[in-house]
Amino acid sequence: MAHDAISSRTGNTETVRIATSESRLARYGLIGVALCFVALFLVLPLAAVFTEAMRNGPGEFATVLADPETFAAIKLTLLVAVIAVPLNLVFGIAAAWAIAKFEFKGKAFLTTLIDLPFSVSPVISGLVFVLLFGSHSLLGPWLQSHGIQILFAVPGIVLATVFVTFPFVARELIPLMQEQGTSDEEAALSLGASGWQTFWYVTLPNIKWGLLYGVLLCNARAMGEFGAVSVVSGHIRGLTNTMPLQVEILYNEYNFVAAFAVATLLALLALVTLVLKSVLEMKYSEQIAASRRH
Amino acid sequence: MEVRVQNIRKEFSRFPALNDVSLDIRSGELIALLGPSGSGKTTLLRLIAGLESPTDGTVYFGNEDASRKTVQQRNIGFVFQHYALFRHMTVLDNVSFGLTIRPASRRPAKAEIRKRALELLDLVQLTGLEKRYPAQLSGGQRQRVALARAMAVEPNVLLLDEPFGALDAQVRKELRRWLREIHDRTGHTTVFVTHDQDEALELADRVVVMSKGKIEQIGTPDEIYDTPNSPFVFGFIGQSNILPVKVENGQLVLDGQPIGVSAQGEKDGPAQLYFRPHDIELLDGASGISGTVTVTRRVAGTRHVELDVSAAKSKVEIELPPEKVTSDHSRLSFRPTRWKLFRETA
Repeated sequence: MAHDAISSRTGNTETVRIATSESRLARYGLIGVALCFVALFLVLPLAAVFTEAMRNGPGEFATVLADPETFAAIKLTLLVAVIAVPLNLVFGIAAAWAIAKFEFKGKAFLTTLIDLPFSVSPVISGLVFVLLFGSHSLLGPWLQSHGIQILFAVPGIVLATVFVTFPFVARELIPLMQEQGTSDEEAALSLGASGWQTFWYVTLPNIKWGLLYGVLLCNARAMGEFGAVSVVSGHIRGLTNTMPLQVEILYNEYNFVAAFAVATLLALLALVTLVLKSVLEMKYSEQIAASRRH
Repeated sequence: MEVRVQNIRKEFSRFPALNDVSLDIRSGELIALLGPSGSGKTTLLRLIAGLESPTDGTVYFGNEDASRKTVQQRNIGFVFQHYALFRHMTVLDNVSFGLTIRPASRRPAKAEIRKRALELLDLVQLTGLEKRYPAQLSGGQRQRVALARAMAVEPNVLLLDEPFGALDAQVRKELRRWLREIHDRTGHTTVFVTHDQDEALELADRVVVMSKGKIEQIGTPDEIYDTPNSPFVFGFIGQSNILPVKVENGQLVLDGQPIGVSAQGEKDGPAQLYFRPHDIELLDGASGISGTVTVTRRVAGTRHVELDVSAAKSKVEIELPPEKVTSDHSRLSFRPTRWKLFRETA
């Protein structure tokens, strides 16, 4: 809308210009730069992944995905996400609730702690678990004697994924809940609602869109995490390889079509996530707007 | 229901917000807590509600000690400055909320809840808007929904925290009158917090003036305005002038000159003379308090005249009928007809 107004004006007389608009050259120049950037760094690589995967036709694409090891990797990735995302959903809501609605000592410290997985390299996140559960660690011998396998097995991969994806839900919810304040909850309590009813009927509906967005991001990262998982997985084929690890292995074996086929699946996941989010936002735009303002 | 607050003290991380406050609220009364920000009025309201717990002291609902009860058990109605309506619920669901969340044993039937909610919406004059969402209402309408929601649970006491604070002047005035009507019709014991003295004086049966965590004065609007009992109340309510005077032999003296006001029974010594701009009479000649006109302003039906009283090295403002035209730099003499003395030490 603003665009039309600007162009119709500049079309008549170049001298009469809205104070907040720039010259035609600057406008198209800036837009061009932005488009080039998006094309070069987002669209082109994505397109390359898809074309590479389809190089030998869709038949080959299907065959490589049906490979047992690849199939196991897909299953493992889904399993990890199914465990990690609900855990972080609960942790995230609890942490955001505590930080946004209550005053307590050490709140700033807790907020910083939640950001830790973002600020630390994922490789280090993985190493933390190796130090904790490895055979030379304090817990290692005890775990071994009880026959509990954490490293180089599914529990380790889940733990590393939970750690790395911990901030997504909480980070999304904290500013939203802080902005909404506590008076809605107080109103519910004053009307006789119990704590649980207040959470279920008032708090949760108020944050559901932020929560959904946080979960989508959390899920995308849980499925795509490489660094931390790589350290704790042990790369056992068909057993502890997730999709990103499988892509690397296939690539290193010069099995390009298979590598790109799995990569395509991962990329599709990202696209589906974004499309899903956009569709929901469009469908419920009114409700979302209402939950942001008073 | 009668509500009694006894020797309440409240500290927020060692900073005292309320200091030994006691207050009796009569059943069916409409009472205003009035004070500047930071005076503790909202804290007192939240303590009655049970949204805060006192550091010391007791709150009684009737003869029952409510201090140990939770906010849910106290059965109060609370209206927030920014409405706090549930934005994902329709107007009808908002009003029904307090009833629908009750345990099955105390919950009225669905049709009954709906009927009561609709009745309340009728009372607050929002019939026909029950399917709207809060975002589709104006500020005044939202606050009326909030009031209906609070009344739906048939509360022991209705507590309103700056209920008109977020509304524009016109709507405020309208809602003020309307709240009084609702109160007279329903008879709920009602406490509301405001920093707007007009609102408190116009609306309330009794006004509680608070400052710095203490109650300064409790009284009817007339008592508060006509006989303020402290310099704070005098200065906070309405317009006031302050002049440093001396009491000598039962006469008020300003800069060595008697001003023609007798103060029988007052002890000799320095004092502060408080009077309102309209409680004066003009005098001829040089008796009384005289000053030089610096500014005159016509405000609606009165003329406000600012005088430079050189004897006291201070300015006073007086109100005159509009016919009385004064020119700048002319001299005027006057005498307060209704006034009050406060001593420094008192």
